[in-house]
Amino acid sequence: MTEWISAALLIFGALFMFIGALGIVRLPDFFTRSHAAAKATSFGALLMLLAIALHFADPWIIFESLLVIAFIYLTAPIASHMLGRAAYFLNLPMWKGTHIDELRNRYDPEKHTLASGGEGE
Amino acid sequence: MPVELTLIHHAARVALLILMAAMFLALYRLVRGPNLPDRVIALDLIATLALGMIVAYAILTGQPVFLNAAVILALIAFLGTVAFAKYIERRMSE
Repeated sequence: MTEWISAALLIFGALFMFIGALGIVRLPDFFTRSHAAAKATSFGALLMLLAIALHFADPWIIFESLLVIAFIYLTAPIASHMLGRAAYFLNLPMWKGTHIDELRNRYDPEKHTLASGGEGE
Repeated sequence: MPVELTLIHHAARVALLILMAAMFLALYRLVRGPNLPDRVIALDLIATLALGMIVAYAILTGQPVFLNAAVILALIAFLGTVAFAKYIERRMSE
């Protein structure tokens, strides 16, 4: 029984990672691509690490895979946020279907600061 | 390699094949990517795919020690992405 669950988790994790890679090729601009790359692959890694924890069923392996899961879910949003911020400053072209840009006119290129909502309205 | 192939080994092989196809897609974006941030997320994606490959390989060979490599890879990939983001931002402000 655990073997079936573990095998299914492994395959589905690989499929989620594949969907992430497909998104990175097919989506039109950087911001949508980063959305595909960060979320789908994090979830795929979660499923695959659960599969290995279930397969070996050893306390140390379970601890280690949970450690990697926690680390991925802590760092993937940070890395995506930093890259998105850098890409926004680079003025990368956005997809023509993107209508909402809440940071427009809030960036000061001379001082390199970004005004957040609520001030300077 | 294991003597007898059970269900989980076949699943690990299929997972490795899927991840290999995904790796080629990510490589395509790494080579083609019109801008530097596109390439950086492709690189980050390749590191995550390699993590998945290590996990599938550990199950295939029955050697859980490979998981240590996955831990290190997750650490290094994050540091690399953050360093690239810092570099892009600093290069732009100069």
